[in-house]
Amino acid sequence: MNSNKNTLKVFAYSYLIFLYAPVLLLPIFAFNDSTIISFPLNSFTFKWFAGLTQETYLQESLKNSLFVAISTSILSTCLGILASRASARYEFFGKKSILSFLILPLFLPEIIIGVALLVVLMQLGLPLSLWTVILGHTLVCTPFSIAILNSAFANMDMSLEEASLDLGETRFGTFKRVILPMVSPGLISSLLIGFTISLDEFIIAFFLTGTETTLPVYIWGQLRFPAKLPGVMALGFLMLLLSLILLLLVEFFRRRMNRTTDGQADVQFGNLFKT
Amino acid sequence: MTEKLKTDSKKTIVELNGVVKHFGEIVALDGVSAQIREGEFFSLLGPSGCGKTTLLRLIAGFEQPSKGNITIDGFQMHGVEANERPTNMVFQSYAIFPHLNVEENVGYGLKRLNLGKDETARRVDEMLNLVDLDNYNKRPAHALSGGQRQRVALARSLIMKPKVLLLDEPLSSLDKNLREQMQVELRHLQRNVGITFIFVTHDQEEALTMSDRTAVMFDGQIVQIATPQEIYSRPKSKRVASFIGVMNFIEGQLLKDGDQNTTVDAGILGNVKVNPDQMPIPLNSGPVTIGIRPEMLTLLFEDQDRTEFEISAVILESAYFGDMTYYTVQVTGLKSPLTISMRNTAGRRVLEDGESARVGWGAESLVILNKSEL
Amino acid sequence: MDRVKNWFSSDSSRGLTLIGLPFGFSLLLLAAPMLLIFFLGFWTQDYLVLDRSFSLDNYIEAWTEPMYRDLMLRSLGISAAVTLATVMLAYPMAYFISFHGGNRKALWLFLVTIPFWTSYLLRVFLWKVILGYNGVLNSALDWLGVIEEPLTFILYNANAVIITLTHAWAPFAILPIYVALEKIDRSYLEAARDLGDGPLKSFLRITLPLSMTGVVGAALIIFIPTIGDYVTPKLVGGKDGLMIANMIQVQFMKANNAPLGASLAVSAMGIVSMISLVFLALNRRWLRKRGS
Repeated sequence: MNSNKNTLKVFAYSYLIFLYAPVLLLPIFAFNDSTIISFPLNSFTFKWFAGLTQETYLQESLKNSLFVAISTSILSTCLGILASRASARYEFFGKKSILSFLILPLFLPEIIIGVALLVVLMQLGLPLSLWTVILGHTLVCTPFSIAILNSAFANMDMSLEEASLDLGETRFGTFKRVILPMVSPGLISSLLIGFTISLDEFIIAFFLTGTETTLPVYIWGQLRFPAKLPGVMALGFLMLLLSLILLLLVEFFRRRMNRTTDGQADVQFGNLFKT
Repeated sequence: MTEKLKTDSKKTIVELNGVVKHFGEIVALDGVSAQIREGEFFSLLGPSGCGKTTLLRLIAGFEQPSKGNITIDGFQMHGVEANERPTNMVFQSYAIFPHLNVEENVGYGLKRLNLGKDETARRVDEMLNLVDLDNYNKRPAHALSGGQRQRVALARSLIMKPKVLLLDEPLSSLDKNLREQMQVELRHLQRNVGITFIFVTHDQEEALTMSDRTAVMFDGQIVQIATPQEIYSRPKSKRVASFIGVMNFIEGQLLKDGDQNTTVDAGILGNVKVNPDQMPIPLNSGPVTIGIRPEMLTLLFEDQDRTEFEISAVILESAYFGDMTYYTVQVTGLKSPLTISMRNTAGRRVLEDGESARVGWGAESLVILNKSEL
Repeated sequence: MDRVKNWFSSDSSRGLTLIGLPFGFSLLLLAAPMLLIFFLGFWTQDYLVLDRSFSLDNYIEAWTEPMYRDLMLRSLGISAAVTLATVMLAYPMAYFISFHGGNRKALWLFLVTIPFWTSYLLRVFLWKVILGYNGVLNSALDWLGVIEEPLTFILYNANAVIITLTHAWAPFAILPIYVALEKIDRSYLEAARDLGDGPLKSFLRITLPLSMTGVVGAALIIFIPTIGDYVTPKLVGGKDGLMIANMIQVQFMKANNAPLGASLAVSAMGIVSMISLVFLALNRRWLRKRGS
């Protein structure tokens, strides 16, 4: 029994090394004073990070990505709120089919979505821009939003809603004052997931950007140029750090929000990891 | 707030007229009619599934009746939404908003009235004082005990000055001592405030202690509306009789001689003359069920103790409850044993199993009920 | 009139109103494009001119031309290999965390997800760095004295694609399997041990079947999208590791043959859906046979 556990342990740690292998290279080569990404290493340097500040095209792509990611997360969360609320609270004709259809993008490869949207836009003669990317990303992120928010809405105690109505509040007022606060952890999860997916999404952006690129598209362009690679390493490392900080913030908020949402924060943030 | 409305005021505040409610195939309410008077403490009593909560929700406006109508304070409630009705509800789970503190909860409904910060605060304080939660204003919702939540729920509803306060089994989640304490407090509160309370419960003791009148419900229908005393001593059917307290049932024959003389043949217990008011529902001569409460039967200890009627019996079992002892006795000639309750007064001993005893009762203790169920 | 008014405030109408916006959005951006792609496969394109008359030419070409057939089979093979490898490696990991994680389960899960907070593009690129001729792996093995010549079979072919994707999909397999394992009531296992089953047997007879929903979920999450992966084959696949998505992109862009690209895309999706349905059906039968 113990030997089983030990082999499993060895496996687990080895697997963990496998998972971290590429990622560990990021800081190594980001601080390495050499334009060639291979061993042996040279001296330690910050120059690649400094160099990032000179890359105007990078900064523009970053700005574009942030714009797209924020817009996507907001739009997909809004659509997700509407769909989840309808799904959790009401019964109506065609409900199952409509919901399955809304979740469909989860099961389609992004290239097909990207190509399909491209074709439609070309047929309609619409120009490609950041807005077309936002549309594509929203399509892909909304199913995640629905998945997260659906359980948040479903777990909400309906008598809270009824109490609000009973006290004279309108439906919309009830939504604003009672329902939204109660599902706020789910809302934040949804915004974060949408933001994260959009920020890193390459294929759809690749097909649907016009002249303004997003960060992943920019990186893709840089990968052909060996000289640019250490800078890309530095960028990647910074993005990793930011993600970690964001994640810690989420954890902090989750603990705080548990009380005010009657224990729902744990459940709603938990869905963040299940997706 | 200290105006007291006379409870014998006959003004009807809520009128239910042939109310029917279907949920798909299920019939939750099957033609309910009643008139609830202004200022009374009215309870809906019945086992789970009888439709009492459904009826409450229909009055509140969370559902609409399938047939029939509901009138509150003279106004038809057909098509009127819950947030437009002059009613407020205390939910079974209390539904305290977890993201708000006590004063935000209590003042929730006032926000739309735009009274201004000072007036709202004044009213909230007034309410908190009424429910004994002074200075709890800033307490967050999650830091409240069950009893405190209940008071917040009450304050939150009463601050809206509803014509009718609806309470959905508000005491069922409290422990016994707290429940009994709250029963008294709710009663006082209602008297104090003078608002009509409609109270749903499955606990008959609760209904009897607190209500001015009770409606007993079975299977989506109201079977009897009466004061607690009437329901207890003059239940309209066997089912009502056994739902409220314990009742002994004996088979007998009703012999009517015109309208004046009514005798009931109670088999081994003999022929007894009864008054018309001992028959909650008028019955014809024929087989009937006779009901008699355990406390209406008495065990005769001393030789000289006398009651109107007596018969010999054997003690089968006794259950000691401190202030009372419940005996199960076998009366010769009666098929089923009878239950008798005796107060454990000073000097009175508890009879042993197997002892013979004399059981006494009076004619006016009997209730004549329809032989068939309901 | 009353009935109409009743309907408007009914649950049904409210639900439909709410879902109207997201549904409309999906219809416009998903249904319409998908339909267009579907029909596009039945049209033909000559340079920049689109001929909308019905024709099966593209589908025939997609299914009969050896180049496309081989590409499709290779893509399916790679997807299957990736799915198999990822799930088989992920399962013991998930098992370890669930059964031996103790108080630190959350920490383990957290650690497992951190590497994937980096950009996907960068991760693929870094695998190229690792697997390359002068890459990290070869340098390390050479330094250790394990090899004399750098290994060449690990980059710019299907192997590289499989290795890279097995890494990329890891958390998507670990998490569902972990969730399924967590749901298993440990007292079942204790009962089995009590009745005489050794650790391996109780695993095969109880743990594995009960965790199957997680395994199946993981498999589908990985298999279906992998067919359409573009980045990994392009960066580390060389010539022999290219997949159908690369060809689809070429047809839509350089080759100006969108209808062919569309027929390839629809065919790929069709095959994948078919395989997934068969897989689900087989799995259901297997579970039923085992009586769980």
